[in-house]
Amino acid sequence: MTDETTIEETPPADDQRERLLSDLSDSLGEILVESHLRPHENIWFRVKIEAWQDAAMAAKSAGFEYFGFLSAIDWHIAPEGRYEDTEFDTGLVEEDDEPVEIDSSTGYGGGDTRFQMLMQLYSLSEQAGVILKADVGDDMTVDTVREIFPGADWHERETHEMFGISFRGHPTLQPLYLPTEFEGHPLRKDFPLLARQVKPWPGVVDIEEIPEHLEAQLEAEVMAAFESNEGGS
Amino acid sequence: MTATSDREQMAYVSAQAADARVKVELDTGDMTLNIGPQHPATHGTLRIACQLDGEQVVVAEPIMGYMHRGYEKLCEVRTYPQCTTLINRIDWLGSFANEVPFILAAERLMEIEAPPRAQWIRTILFELSRIANLALFLGDMGVQIGALTPVFFAFRDRERVLNQIEEVTGGRFHPNFDRIGGLKDDIPKGWIEETRSVMVKMRTFCDEMEDLLVGNEIFQARCRGVGVIPPEVALGYGLSGANLRASGVDWDLRRDANPGLAWDQVDWRVWTHPDGDSFARYWVRLQETREATHIVDQLLDGIPSGPIMAKVPRIIKVPAGEAYISTENPLGEMGYYIVSKGDLGPFRVKIRTPSFNNISIVPWVMKGVYVPDVITILGSLYFILGDIDR
Repeated sequence: MTDETTIEETPPADDQRERLLSDLSDSLGEILVESHLRPHENIWFRVKIEAWQDAAMAAKSAGFEYFGFLSAIDWHIAPEGRYEDTEFDTGLVEEDDEPVEIDSSTGYGGGDTRFQMLMQLYSLSEQAGVILKADVGDDMTVDTVREIFPGADWHERETHEMFGISFRGHPTLQPLYLPTEFEGHPLRKDFPLLARQVKPWPGVVDIEEIPEHLEAQLEAEVMAAFESNEGGS
Repeated sequence: MTATSDREQMAYVSAQAADARVKVELDTGDMTLNIGPQHPATHGTLRIACQLDGEQVVVAEPIMGYMHRGYEKLCEVRTYPQCTTLINRIDWLGSFANEVPFILAAERLMEIEAPPRAQWIRTILFELSRIANLALFLGDMGVQIGALTPVFFAFRDRERVLNQIEEVTGGRFHPNFDRIGGLKDDIPKGWIEETRSVMVKMRTFCDEMEDLLVGNEIFQARCRGVGVIPPEVALGYGLSGANLRASGVDWDLRRDANPGLAWDQVDWRVWTHPDGDSFARYWVRLQETREATHIVDQLLDGIPSGPIMAKVPRIIKVPAGEAYISTENPLGEMGYYIVSKGDLGPFRVKIRTPSFNNISIVPWVMKGVYVPDVITILGSLYFILGDIDR
């Protein structure tokens, strides 16, 4: 992990991963949208949503036959904000204040739509993993991959109830965790967390800024403790 | 001879007729048997709705969610250090092992690395929680087939390991000890020697289990050839840990995808079994427990000196990015997919738990087995409810 300090600019030679990347890119062909490679990490591929099944099939035939997990990401910024306790969330921000900067970046491999599918697979022979991504369109429908990876069955059911993404060809999309009469999709960013609406989060003090006049003093204390520990056994 | 009244005779005849009718009309299919939600074999509240045909299972459908706590959502509204409190409670028998992949993923995004001493102590505690976790399984599997003694041995000896964990972390079940950049504290004085003697006792415990169960004829009859999972099915369902290795797949994340802990510094081996049945799963876990005691012994010999905490800012902000790190936990592959947007807390955490995938094979593996075998197969797949429901 030491060579991870040189990320992005000058990645260390990683022949195996680069070879895997180019091999799989070739077999994915034109359904590949983007790819991303970081040292010691899974390789990210973003594919077209129509070809979700084909991508899973291509990965499986390339040796990635161990099913890790399947889920989704909601890139939407919650209307309530990131934390319900920040000033932005509780409405303390005045209108003439500077507008709050909303980060709408979408991670490695990019993304164009709100929801993104996510699937992780391993190749046991190469000892490497891939992460397949696909942007979910407005119809909120993806083809099921449970024929290719039977383990995806339950993961798709979970994704269905948590994000409201439906899977074409999945016979039993009943809720897995939630009661049948439950309304809404809890892991969507616009699904409010009721506990936070009712009571402010007491844990927020944990991350209070240090007062300026104490900062230098604390820093010195920490450094002193660190130095004295360095010699210890 | 006793004279029977007309009324008695009529009752007798109609009872005979009813019996005959039952025999003709009795359909052995379509009986539904509920195992759970509260059943000793389910380690929590899992319900298995079995449709039976006579003694055989036609469809077995696990029904869960009785303990769903929504950790993925709750992590989104907490800071990184606060998340470990929740994460401890996913697989409550191997709590320290749960924290490690989460912390490692955050460390990878922050591009910091814990000092070697911290990595070694992490690995030791990781293996100790593996021993504590698997020891319970080794005894508990006996209970599933009606042998009560092993579980008392297991609880007795697991206590020793929990004491060692408690001595370092202050918590028996929920240590909450791992920090981004290292560990909360160093190991106490004299702990190394104590742990060494506990490891000797745990090896004796493994021998006892081998004598009591592995060599036992009844145990073998109940477990051999029951619930066989072929390797390609295991891979497709994403089985991990001993369940995968018992199907003959030589795959251990400690060796094959070590995220920086000290496993590559010691000499140990990965155990596999070609059979893929309940017995193989038990046998692999038994060997793994014994192997883990050897790993701990070797690690105790060579703990490097130095600090236990890297230089970490007081307020932890994780730079934007995504990372997936998984480790070989007692139950199998546990991984965290963290999406960060440079905030104090994660934007999204996908928790990949071993038991969820391990139990998703139940509908497949239970098809056609006999009712008593349902219990042994469930027991041998070994799951923790908190690990399924999150």
